[in-house]
Amino acid sequence: MKTLFDTGTNVNMARRSFLRYAGAGAVAATGVLAMSSCHKHHDNIFNTVDVGSGDTGILNYAYALEQLEAAFYIQVALTPYSGITPTETALLTDIRDHEVAHREFFKAALGSNAIGSLTPDFSSINFSNRTQVLAAAQAFEDTGVSAYNGAGYLIQSPDYLLLAGKIVSVEARHASYIRNLVSYGSFANNMILDGNGMDKAQSIAQVLPIANTYLKTKVSAASFNYVP
Amino acid sequence: MNLFELFEDIEKADPEFQDRISPRRDAIKNMTSFGSKVAVAALPFAFSELLKKAYGQVPSSAVLATLNFALKLEYFEAAFYRTGLAQASLVVPTSDRTNILAPIAAHEVSHVNFLKTALGTNAVAQPADSSYDFTAGGAFATVFTNYATFLAVAQVLEDTGVRAYKGQAGVLLKDQTYLTAALNIHSVEARHASAIRYLRRTTISGASATKPWISLGTGNVANDTGISTVDGNYASENNTMQGSPAVDITKLPGVSANSTISLSAAVEAFDEPLTMAQVLNLVAPFHVS
Repeated sequence: MKTLFDTGTNVNMARRSFLRYAGAGAVAATGVLAMSSCHKHHDNIFNTVDVGSGDTGILNYAYALEQLEAAFYIQVALTPYSGITPTETALLTDIRDHEVAHREFFKAALGSNAIGSLTPDFSSINFSNRTQVLAAAQAFEDTGVSAYNGAGYLIQSPDYLLLAGKIVSVEARHASYIRNLVSYGSFANNMILDGNGMDKAQSIAQVLPIANTYLKTKVSAASFNYVP
Repeated sequence: MNLFELFEDIEKADPEFQDRISPRRDAIKNMTSFGSKVAVAALPFAFSELLKKAYGQVPSSAVLATLNFALKLEYFEAAFYRTGLAQASLVVPTSDRTNILAPIAAHEVSHVNFLKTALGTNAVAQPADSSYDFTAGGAFATVFTNYATFLAVAQVLEDTGVRAYKGQAGVLLKDQTYLTAALNIHSVEARHASAIRYLRRTTISGASATKPWISLGTGNVANDTGISTVDGNYASENNTMQGSPAVDITKLPGVSANSTISLSAAVEAFDEPLTMAQVLNLVAPFHVS
């Protein structure tokens, strides 16, 4: 698996911090046991869902990522980290609501083609710890931006491409805010941008393994060259 | 940098543009040798090569005019930060300068260089910074004497830059190299806009309600800056109908089973596009033409 952003001269700090703080390697051990409480996916012994193909596949891919982000911020709002400021509470709640809006929009747009509700696994994140929560948030947001940027060219419909554009800039606004909370001035630094002052793009096959680290329901995208 | 609009405008000037840049066209088949990594890493050069191959040695005057207009906008943005940050009359806290404003200024200069590289000797000369009216005909009379005004104008410019990108992406539909490059620049503009907004929130008295994302103004109008002069820059940002067929975001389930998505969240969660005509009207008062 590639790292989040491996094209620069520096290994990506966000990814390293994320893994260090979140202890992502520990997640795999809990996955199987946790399945027993899941009703929706009993029909699938491997608890895997595929996004499908074409624009439906891309929308389901976005839906999966937005489900993950929404679940994360819902947890952040439910169990605020110690020392959270009123501004952080207000703006992280805003982000939660934006991700819920994105999630529900994709669900509505996909209709009967939508994948089911995914079960997140945030057992590797200590939600009472500000550093861990913000490191995870930063990784989610930067990954989200790079995921939309990387999948844009796969979209066939101009309407959906415009929608992706409307959403990705909001994700970038989130990323900028979170990054400045983690390290002031890092909102668009050279850990994220290339030499032309441009964000990174990541393929579906690069993004989903990262997302699956935080999902009990594993997401595959066979038609986009990724099967977990 | 507004690559989406750039391509759309080139297409207006030259209806054959899509065919010319399409990797499927035999004449420029070797353009497909640009792997996405190479093209993104060396975009100014790739773009320059693309134009040469698509048009022969020199693009048509109409295409050059389009590229040069984009360059004029970038000259203006770069000049705004350069001039503002050099003003003795403008007190910019060192931390704000170092952490937020200087990096943004540097990105704007790199966008200028991008277009200058692409245009080569056909690049329009850089206007003297003094040729601009940064007050926009007096609307922002204190832009370089009052830090709050300076940041307000910066915020509007960045938000407008993000908005100007959208809606044009269809021109580059399915183009891995150039659409991806355009998206990669677009999201950086949004990072800028967010950072400027947060800076205003934390440092400017009277702007403490400003959010990193575009929200609703008083009375649920689209403009959340409190500056009616810039209503046009935020026109239709209070849209809640998304997609086709349109979905009303405020009618969708919210965080809990008993709630729906609030109007403000619905508005904030989606950035809206501006048309080229709208952008032209917005920059005219700054003497950008």
